[in-house]
Amino acid sequence: MSSLLKNSELTSEKADSIVSETLNNCDDGELYIEDTKSETIVLDDNKIKSSNYTSDLGYGFRAVTGDTVAYSHSNEISEKSLKNSSENLKSTLKNNSGTYNSEIKKTNQKLYKDVDPIESKSMKSKIELLNNMNEYARSKDSSVKQVTASLLAEKKNVEIIRSGGELLSDNRPLVRINMSVMVEKNGRKETGVFGIGGRQDYDEYLKNDNWKKVCDEAFRIASTNIESKPSLAGEMKVVLGPGWPAILIHEAVGHGLEGDFNRKKTSAFHALVGKKVASDGVTIIDDGTLDNRRGSLNIDDEGTPTERTVLIENGILKNFMQDRLNARLMNTKSTGNGRRESYKHVVMPRMRNTIMLGGSNTQEEMIKSVDKGIFAVSFGGGQVDITSGKFVFNCTEAYEIINGKIGSPIKGATLIGDGPSSLKEILMVGNDMMLDPGIGTCGKAGQGVPVGVGQPSLLINNMTVGGTQL
Amino acid sequence: MIKDQEYLKKIADICLSKSKKLGSSDANILVQSSVSENVNVRNKKLDGSERSENLGVVLTTYLGKKKSSIASSNLKESNLDELVNRCIETMKITPEDEYNSLPDKDLHFKGLKDLDLYDETHLSNEDKINYIKEAEEEAFSNDKIINTNGSGFGENKSNFLLANSNGFADGYKTSQFTAYCEVVSKNNGSMERDYEYTSKRFYSDILKPKQLGSIAAEHAVKKLNPKKIKSEKISLIFDKRISKNFLSIFASAISSSAIAKGTTFLKDKLNQQVFNSEINILDHGNIRKANGSRYFDSEGIAVVNLDLIKNGILQDYLIDTYNGKKINRKSNGRASGTTNLYFQNGSKTFEDLVKSENKILYIKETIGHGTNIINGDYSVGASGMMIENGEFSYPVSEITIAGNLNNIFKNITLADDLEFNYATNSPTMMVEGMVVGGK
Repeated sequence: MSSLLKNSELTSEKADSIVSETLNNCDDGELYIEDTKSETIVLDDNKIKSSNYTSDLGYGFRAVTGDTVAYSHSNEISEKSLKNSSENLKSTLKNNSGTYNSEIKKTNQKLYKDVDPIESKSMKSKIELLNNMNEYARSKDSSVKQVTASLLAEKKNVEIIRSGGELLSDNRPLVRINMSVMVEKNGRKETGVFGIGGRQDYDEYLKNDNWKKVCDEAFRIASTNIESKPSLAGEMKVVLGPGWPAILIHEAVGHGLEGDFNRKKTSAFHALVGKKVASDGVTIIDDGTLDNRRGSLNIDDEGTPTERTVLIENGILKNFMQDRLNARLMNTKSTGNGRRESYKHVVMPRMRNTIMLGGSNTQEEMIKSVDKGIFAVSFGGGQVDITSGKFVFNCTEAYEIINGKIGSPIKGATLIGDGPSSLKEILMVGNDMMLDPGIGTCGKAGQGVPVGVGQPSLLINNMTVGGTQL
Repeated sequence: MIKDQEYLKKIADICLSKSKKLGSSDANILVQSSVSENVNVRNKKLDGSERSENLGVVLTTYLGKKKSSIASSNLKESNLDELVNRCIETMKITPEDEYNSLPDKDLHFKGLKDLDLYDETHLSNEDKINYIKEAEEEAFSNDKIINTNGSGFGENKSNFLLANSNGFADGYKTSQFTAYCEVVSKNNGSMERDYEYTSKRFYSDILKPKQLGSIAAEHAVKKLNPKKIKSEKISLIFDKRISKNFLSIFASAISSSAIAKGTTFLKDKLNQQVFNSEINILDHGNIRKANGSRYFDSEGIAVVNLDLIKNGILQDYLIDTYNGKKINRKSNGRASGTTNLYFQNGSKTFEDLVKSENKILYIKETIGHGTNIINGDYSVGASGMMIENGEFSYPVSEITIAGNLNNIFKNITLADDLEFNYATNSPTMMVEGMVVGGK
């Protein structure tokens, strides 16, 4: 019995019968129902600037036959609305006919608690926390001129009804605590941004005055950048720090290993399974099963339990990330990577927590080995062109390396590389694997989903650094 | 079907009266209804169809200087009760902010709505599929096009009502027809993708399918077998689809919110030279049928035409009620951002720019998010074409371009080829002496 339909005009029985009748002659499909509550509170310029609470309930009805997907979604949950959607799906697929694949793995996976992070902390204490963060950050130094802090919490309950009445469900909490500090010194302005989060109550992230560390880190980055000098432009060696810089892995290889681009043969990796695509010692996984992590899910948005998928093992390309549609068309099984932003969006293969496993080198040896290069500690956003393999990302904290030693901080450098070739340019893999602090959102085809990344320190032989100095 | 004004008004009235009853002194509500239908094809075959119907409300309640908001797509009476209640309870414990208030009544939009922003044309799914198939067929007639990333056609209709407890209540229907074609070219082991995109309020104004397909194919083929160039200082010409991004950056740097907080490199630059004296930037909301036209902003304030840059001098900011109060300025109807933002045409032709120096890099695409509006630093990944002695010679990729916007803005030369294809539009733009990072 569906619990999300409990108070609606649409009964579970009626929904089951419309779903089964619609999907009868299709290869796959489901009714996805989602009830999301979210709350955002922002402190900006010394004031609580906004408190927004959103409550969204809707369904997305999908029918798939061959490689054609029909999708209809609405926030009107009624028999009439669902029947309209059903007619719409049938008319798209009227010339196709398939055999429903009812096979779907079962799981008792419990990677996070069924908690409601919005309700578990009172509004009063949330406002107090933001005010404390603001005061603490401003008290750190007189150079702090602007502070923005925000709290985001979400509770998303999803249900998937498949043909034949099978019901799969997942209740997903998510929180994020963000801090941005602007410092001004000698007429220069720079910012530092830091955040933490995951699939637990706020208080789990606030133990031991953890919020102070968030403020400290944002302030440290801003203060480092205020002393930074313009970056050199050109090709050079790059040492990446552990943790969040793994968005390089996410952009450079992750997207290119998503099933849809490979089924469509538009990814630079599509013909390379079983081939060597990275240096020895490079192993990359996409893991949806880590406890409480931002990118983890008990089941994906098609109902498939998530798993730990090995993408590249010791340099050899092993697997792509699959949803049900692309897996079927490529004669393989879903890896539990079928995700969507909300009921308003179609499912696509998406990353979960994408991680490069640790090796044996120390960060110290990497830096020592570089005559001229940069040490990149943190990044802002990244982007990739799947087809050409070119990717970029922007350093938010980086230093020059001269003769094996870390030098001055450098500002605003962009790194650009070629996904398939930069993997082969990895010279050393560190022994300091670290996961990111839990703040990543990945965008693809206009849909944002929470993800995680992780990696050890890495030494890359050759990347192009963008800067203003020749 | 999108809901009519009467239906939206009924929901707005319910929420406004509920919030008044529960103790709010003021309230503002937006009720929106939209229907969008999209079809996608890939390799000239139907790949998918999508229909979405949305109806939602956003309510902001005030108690003196206290404020809180809720949003929901679940419009059942019992749920609305609960949400309004929640909004009011939160509002009561939220600290006061002296700048919180409904907008100035005198600035409410009261005029005629005669800009032609709604085209009731409805295309059947079959017609949409035929349009976009024709575009792909045209693209595939180019023998270097070997694949597609998918192409799509979308029709979007929406209606909204904005109301507040000061008596403002108005709304209108808009439409948008959008088509894109994204294809993959291949030659000698090089694989590249590129696209063409068209989006207009009226169906009759979008590109014809054959144009869409052939332009996309041409773009993708031109990128094949690129070279990486040496790091150097060189003049750049930005294709129109990239040059407009500088306008968007400019707009975010003059938003009253960034100005009030001091988080922009254009703070304290009012009435000063920001661009060179050849440059004029306008934001006009009253252009008939245009993508960015609107009658009033998200607060109900009439949109007035702004000449933001005149002969290179910054004349105005983009101002909403809240941030306007912080900087002692009245709103100019920009709570929803810019309208039709554009550079006025320059005096050079496209050919003049291309032939102005022996060696120029033409930028067709940038990737990454390397713009810092706080200090004006700009650094992005890019690809394009090398121009040698006035001729396009070879494609270039995997490079970065960097500079500071204070300098970039002062070194812009514009061509005279402005077109109104998007909400933000620019002619082709040349910037002298930027640093390219390459080999």
